[in-house]
Amino acid sequence: MGLLSDPVRRRALARLVLRLNAPLWALPVAWLERTMRSVGLEVYTQSFSRKLPFPDETRERYMVAGTNVYGILRAPRAASTESLVLTVPCGPDSANSQAVGLLLALAAHFRGQIYWAKDIIFLVTEQDLLGTEAWLEAYHDTNVTGMQSSPLQGRAGAIQAALALELSSDVVTSLDVAVEGLNGQLPNLDLLNLFQTFCQKGGLLCTLQGKLQPQDWTSVDGPLQGLQTLLLMTLQQASGRPHGAHGLFLRYRVEALTIRGINSFRQYKYDLVAVGKALEGMFRKLNHLLERLHQSFFFYVLPALSRFVSIGLYMPAAGFLLLVLGLKALELWMQLHEAGAGPQEAGGASGPGPPLPPAQSVGLASLVAPLLISQAMGLALYVLPVLGQHVATQHFPVAEAEAVVLTLLAIYAAGLALPHSTHRVMSAQAPDRGWMALKLVALIYLALQLACVALTNFSLGFLLAATMVPAAALTHPCGPRPLYAALLVLTSPAATLLGCLFLWRELQEAPLSLAEGWQLFLAALAQGVLDHHTYGALLFPLLALGLYPCWLLFWNVLFWK
Amino acid sequence: MVASCFLRKCLTALAGLLLLSFGSLAASQIEDQTEQFFRSGHTNNWAVLVCTSRFWFNYRHVANTLSVYRSVKRLGIPDSHIVLMLADDMACNPRNPKPATVFSHKNMELNVYGDDVEVDYRSYEVTVENFLRVLTGRIPPSTPRSKRLLSDDRSNILIYMTGHGGNGFLKFQDSEEITNIELADAFEQMWQKRRYNELLFIIDTCQGASMYERFYSPNIMALASSQVGEDSLSHQPDPAIGVHLMDRYTFYVLEFLEEINPASQTNMNDLFQVCPKSLCVSTPGHRTDLFQRDPKNVLITDFFGSVRKVEITTETIRLQPDLGNMESRFLTDLQQKGKIQPPQDIRKSGWMRN
Repeated sequence: MGLLSDPVRRRALARLVLRLNAPLWALPVAWLERTMRSVGLEVYTQSFSRKLPFPDETRERYMVAGTNVYGILRAPRAASTESLVLTVPCGPDSANSQAVGLLLALAAHFRGQIYWAKDIIFLVTEQDLLGTEAWLEAYHDTNVTGMQSSPLQGRAGAIQAALALELSSDVVTSLDVAVEGLNGQLPNLDLLNLFQTFCQKGGLLCTLQGKLQPQDWTSVDGPLQGLQTLLLMTLQQASGRPHGAHGLFLRYRVEALTIRGINSFRQYKYDLVAVGKALEGMFRKLNHLLERLHQSFFFYVLPALSRFVSIGLYMPAAGFLLLVLGLKALELWMQLHEAGAGPQEAGGASGPGPPLPPAQSVGLASLVAPLLISQAMGLALYVLPVLGQHVATQHFPVAEAEAVVLTLLAIYAAGLALPHSTHRVMSAQAPDRGWMALKLVALIYLALQLACVALTNFSLGFLLAATMVPAAALTHPCGPRPLYAALLVLTSPAATLLGCLFLWRELQEAPLSLAEGWQLFLAALAQGVLDHHTYGALLFPLLALGLYPCWLLFWNVLFWK
Repeated sequence: MVASCFLRKCLTALAGLLLLSFGSLAASQIEDQTEQFFRSGHTNNWAVLVCTSRFWFNYRHVANTLSVYRSVKRLGIPDSHIVLMLADDMACNPRNPKPATVFSHKNMELNVYGDDVEVDYRSYEVTVENFLRVLTGRIPPSTPRSKRLLSDDRSNILIYMTGHGGNGFLKFQDSEEITNIELADAFEQMWQKRRYNELLFIIDTCQGASMYERFYSPNIMALASSQVGEDSLSHQPDPAIGVHLMDRYTFYVLEFLEEINPASQTNMNDLFQVCPKSLCVSTPGHRTDLFQRDPKNVLITDFFGSVRKVEITTETIRLQPDLGNMESRFLTDLQQKGKIQPPQDIRKSGWMRN
């Protein structure tokens, strides 16, 4: 018993692996169907198509169409009420050929066992994550991203867990696991613990964020390495991108992981049998499950594979940061009340005064204009780049993707000129203390937004809070204006993104030069907009519609006359 | 002539006297022997075996119960006198790589499921209410006979329970519990309705000793696999099946019971020694203060087996019913009317007529 102890199966796997060594430009749908059927699975295909909002430069695609192939292994003695998924996302650029071979070998081995209580779906998708999204939407009968996918002919019950596999070579030196999913969602920690257990049992070298596990936690090195891993995870989670096919499963509350085989220059290499054994063990354990994974944490950050920081430990940190905003708002409120009471006393009214002191009523009216204009700028930032890309390409010699990015940056920079235009709208009737009311509103707005973000995607919330809270609290129209202006610009969302990119590459030990960094920044902007349109990632709308207008309010406060 | 006649009469009388005395001596010996027939006071045996937990990872609880079932059946208690309650079906679970078997040892040496298991209460029928109804006899009239505990005041009952438990309770089916007070009250109801002669209660759960703390009815002996505050541990996991197969205490009890045959004279004191702390990790406990006999006089087969005592004898034993005067008059009255036969020689009667 055991994977590939049978020499026939070993030879079959070697043949498959050799055959798939040629790069897959288009999925060999017919061959896959035939092979899966010969293994004994129920095979179905699904076609999908999608026109991206603008051409994707990194993957060179615009009108995307493809076919997913999946085979279902029915549980021999159980009703098909639950299922597990093993998925291999294939695409023209990602070299995932070996993973398909391993998938087929595992399918053949699993078919010979009688202890399956859940159906197992072996899914091969085309066009990477677009195919996975199409399949998931059709499986759950939803349509959240505007993908046109044909309905699925075969179903297998509620999916309990999924594993995504990415292998580019037939020997691996280590296995890397990715947990961060779309919008910073994470799978249940139990699934990661399962992976780690089988790594230890099989003696495999497993890494998290590409970093090895620190052995020595007593000296400084261990915790330092743990901190680096933790920061990497924070940056990945904050970006809200699905780092692997598993990220799209999480939206449907299917616990999922992506396992990547890395082939580095280490001497000791594992062959696919070792990887297959680990996967077989994981599937057997998942088969024993009687309920969905829910006992362990859903919110955590990982300094290492075997250590985690739970939400109860890290949430107070974000809470204290936001408390700064709250306290500052409270201070402004009290100052405003003193200012409001001052003219009232000076007026010396006998009897009850007017219900609304005049200072406050002017304050409210003068607040509406900056708020509306800031939100309008945010809306423009959200809508105009994609909408106006064709107009831009007609007038300027740029490609669509470049047009989108440059429009984004242009509108962003145009917002910096706003205080000057806002002051033309409002007359000089705005009193000296009007900026206090505006800052109060801005502080509360920022605190609310960051609190909501921190609850769902802690890394994003914490990162934005760490950068924006000091600048927001310090902003004051009286004082060293150039200094405050520089601070505010450096902590604006776009600058934070640029800084994070540099930090991310620095932590991965592949530092960027300035020019490379800028190129990466532009590519990240394009990817952010694209992810929002294709998968429903929320980083772009959050920054454009929520944080950018808020930041503009502070810019207004800074340049208050 | 007269003298020889008289001598003959004297000799006959002497012989008669001697015969009578010897006869009475022999009769008293026979009666002693007959007394020993009914030494333990019970005439039939029942067993109520309960496994209270469901789900695949509680495989070991079903294996525990089936091990005791197997021993009890092997030692003579028939299925009609066993009420077997299993909360889940492990043998036919889709996760079982060896369908239709339940193993108790990691080398799959012993299939305790067997070929002729009869489960009386299965799956969701194993509830606290059903268990208490079985014990007390308050069962709806439509219940089939196999689901009833038809014991009387001369029955020795073995009650074995296993599952997940805590301090003072035992969990049934992941949704309800039975407390030690409820159990003690149920046994008291049984005593008052004369539903048992003696009762042996064995429990293999965490903190099992808490379940017998509250018993107050006479003639109950109790054994538990762990004391209050201790956990009962499982024995070994099996890599092929993927779960733990047995709990430690019942594993060693099964080992002990495999040595017993219907003629064994092993007594309860040996059962108390099974699974010391070195093997079991938890400390098994027992309670005998409510029991009237000395445990060293109580045979294992008094509870685990159904031993029919057979003794071949060639003497006549006149068994007079020990009834009051009125009843004996009634009997003689019936005899005179020819309705019933007068007591006959057992030797002559041959087969008993039903």
